Amino acid sequence: MAASAKPARTGFLSKDYFERMTWVDWVLNALRVLILALVIIGATNTLLSGKYTLAQWVSLIMSGLAQGSIYALIALGYTLVYGILLMINFAHGEVYMAGAFTAYFIADWTAKSGLLASAPVIAVLIWVIVAALVSMGVAVLLERVAYRPLRGAPRLVPLITAIGASFFLQYTFRGLYGTGFKSYPAVPIIQGSVAIGGFNILIAQLVVFFSALVLMLALYWLIERTKMGKAMRAVSEDKEVSRLMGIDIDRVIVFTFLLGGALAGAAGVINGLYRPQGVNFFMGFFPGIKAFTAAVLGGIGSVPGAMLGGIFLGIIESVGPSLILDGLGINSANQLKDVIAFTMLVFVLIFRPQGILGERLKEKKA
Amino acid sequence: MNHTSSLSWRSLLNIGLLAGLAIVYTGLIGMIQVFSERGIIAGVLTMGQIMIFLPPLVAGYMAARRSREQGAGRMILNAGLAGLIAAVLPVILVLLIRQLDVMGVDIRSMFVNASKALIDHLTFERGIGPGLAMLVGFMTALGLAGGALMALPERIRQTLITGTTWVIGIGLLSEFMIQILRNLFGNQAGRSIFQAGALKPIPALIIFIVTAGIYYFWQLQGANIRARYARSGEGTKQTFQRTSVGLLGILLLMLPWIVGTFLSEVLANVGLYVLMALGLNIAVGLAGLLDLGYVTNFAVGAYVMGALTSTGPLGLAELNFWIVLPISVLAAMTTGFLLALPVLRMRGDYLAIATLGFGEIIRLLALSDWLAPYIGGAQGILFIPKPHIGSLTIDTPETFYYLILAACFIMLFISIRLNNSRTGRQWMAMREDEDAAGAMGIDTTLAKLLAFTLSAASGGLAGAIFASKLGAIFPHSFSLLISINVLSIIIVGGMGSIPGIVVGALALIGLPELLREFSDYRLLLYGALLIIMMLVRPEGLWPSAVRRRELQSDAAEAAAAD
Repeated sequence: MAASAKPARTGFLSKDYFERMTWVDWVLNALRVLILALVIIGATNTLLSGKYTLAQWVSLIMSGLAQGSIYALIALGYTLVYGILLMINFAHGEVYMAGAFTAYFIADWTAKSGLLASAPVIAVLIWVIVAALVSMGVAVLLERVAYRPLRGAPRLVPLITAIGASFFLQYTFRGLYGTGFKSYPAVPIIQGSVAIGGFNILIAQLVVFFSALVLMLALYWLIERTKMGKAMRAVSEDKEVSRLMGIDIDRVIVFTFLLGGALAGAAGVINGLYRPQGVNFFMGFFPGIKAFTAAVLGGIGSVPGAMLGGIFLGIIESVGPSLILDGLGINSANQLKDVIAFTMLVFVLIFRPQGILGERLKEKKA
Repeated sequence: MNHTSSLSWRSLLNIGLLAGLAIVYTGLIGMIQVFSERGIIAGVLTMGQIMIFLPPLVAGYMAARRSREQGAGRMILNAGLAGLIAAVLPVILVLLIRQLDVMGVDIRSMFVNASKALIDHLTFERGIGPGLAMLVGFMTALGLAGGALMALPERIRQTLITGTTWVIGIGLLSEFMIQILRNLFGNQAGRSIFQAGALKPIPALIIFIVTAGIYYFWQLQGANIRARYARSGEGTKQTFQRTSVGLLGILLLMLPWIVGTFLSEVLANVGLYVLMALGLNIAVGLAGLLDLGYVTNFAVGAYVMGALTSTGPLGLAELNFWIVLPISVLAAMTTGFLLALPVLRMRGDYLAIATLGFGEIIRLLALSDWLAPYIGGAQGILFIPKPHIGSLTIDTPETFYYLILAACFIMLFISIRLNNSRTGRQWMAMREDEDAAGAMGIDTTLAKLLAFTLSAASGGLAGAIFASKLGAIFPHSFSLLISINVLSIIIVGGMGSIPGIVVGALALIGLPELLREFSDYRLLLYGALLIIMMLVRPEGLWPSAVRRRELQSDAAEAAAAD
């Protein structure tokens, strides 16, 4: 791209950095320092006080890892769509909810019919397939009805549509399946814990982490090695040129939504395995926003970034309250778990909108 | 097939099936059942039935419209077929539910609304056989009716639709019409027109004839009257405008007496939302900054009012309402300013998500035990006193209506002045193209800060009044849904349009409060409205002139680009 002939980056140490600083930069930098100081003070206080044992830290990290893998799977849906359409699919959390909520009924049925007890792996696979199919259906419907007509509209228009779609889907499923919380049946073979390196680790957490990992590797393979993946990468690079190269853009976009939907549906079931308490119509909203945070954190548009971001966010969210907030003398810090996630969201958006791994967004976003 | 105005069998099938799907959808999410409680014309028509009858009517209309160049015969045939096809899915649904019931499968454990009640509504309580026959018959007839409607001349069609809309509208609001009539003319008046919360058939017919007649007359003579008005001298025009403004003012002042206590309460709530929407409109409508955390300002206003006036254990100063009111507004503006600082560099969708994050952080902090010693945590702040003016206590919905009305007028005045000011034009320039605006010498940083700060003021004012109106505040009153409600008002009304905001607030806040059964489906409808507005009418119901021009030229450009 010709426009990439940018002036050399003005680094922190370059001479004119301070001359170029406006008062807004001062404010932002002060904010940066403040947050950094709070984090460091909090963390040192906690670690020095020795309030938590190593085993407790490991268990916090493991639960963060499991939660983070679920975020990562949802985040992939955001990232894939953003990479191609440059829009935030705000309703993606609802795509996740749709699969998880619907698959609950299948799960319930397999538990009652004894299939879960006799062939647990097959039963769980059936849940995953059902959830993925439902989520894919919802995602494609969303694209077809709400987003496709608005391609090329001003940026805020599809975002507002997506917000509308988010609430529409929530309340549709509330109407269909009712308002109550439903609990997935417990899967016996993933209960209990194993000792690894002297630490007790829940099997469920390992199962969540590894199944998410397998799915992500499969996605990575699909994008890097298949023809469709190549087409997706081409479209995200330049829509018009890909069209000229004979790529059917509509098909690629639908395929992207299908992929995102399938991953979200699988994430829904994995979430059900890990935390059996409660699927309901509102379950997708906040995980959706957090997964978006994860996607931005890793660099939106980047597939490995979404995985990394998800896991990072999961761990911060799980460790943060004890590590940072406790050290700052804030009581009942665990209530503020979501505050950490949202603060993270805001600060990533402010200070590093291109994320850890993302680079190319900078030109496109402007 | 390629001819645009001929209807292929496949599209006909699509139209019909979509209409059927609409019925199945509304049935399965429970709307048909719930809305069947709401009568429109006593003993004749309920809202639930309208939800069954409308899709085939529309399908017939669409089918006829798309085949109008294939001759009258095809039009009628297509319209009838569309209605018939529309019946397919509902019939399958009824048979399926019944079959599952016979087989002993409990479908309600999954689809909670797939109940006997749904079957009854779809079969008009006549049993499966005759009921389904009736359904198919009705729907075919309605399809034909839709086709006939299409075949009528435009003017007559519009007249019929207008009359019907009025009857349905008044029928829907029967309960409140009764209250108003009782307030004005005593008990007897309501009973002669309404019965059991619905219109009586004869008055319904009269309303239809009168409204349709007026509309028809306006169709014939409207252009003349408008032309005569345009030709009349400046003096006459001014008198006319003054009189109408005056009449509107008197109406607004008398409203609480006309409508009674309950409706005054509804109006007061609508007013609070108008206040918030006017504020958010500055950020979203004028400056193009999509703020999804608007509830923050509302919460700050409310909490400052609560903390400083409360006579309970959490009260700090037990100050007077009128002293705290400006403090609340200032506090909200300060918060708006502070939260705007970090997001100055953000644009569009990232800004939206970041502000949403702020909103949630504030709510979670308000809810937390950490801050509970100061702001009450989940228990909130209680014992917030009512405002006084001299010896008069503002404690009834009627008196609060006046307080809120006054606040709305102040904000309206400020908004209108801002809209036409230099700052307003700067905002609009920024909304269109931030870089270009900056290049033209607009200090976009300052303009953004100003937009966020001023927009927060109105939210703080609404929050402060809300706190003393309710007498207690809880964190759960400050959820994201408030932000979404306010945003929906602006978008439905028309971004940047002040009359649009009032219309939007009446429609989105007023209507659901009047129709209790709406409450479960409120956000469903908001969501659907946001989507539909963006797809069909992005400029809103009552667009501002600037916005309309822009979006139309956008559309023209897009058309040229294709």
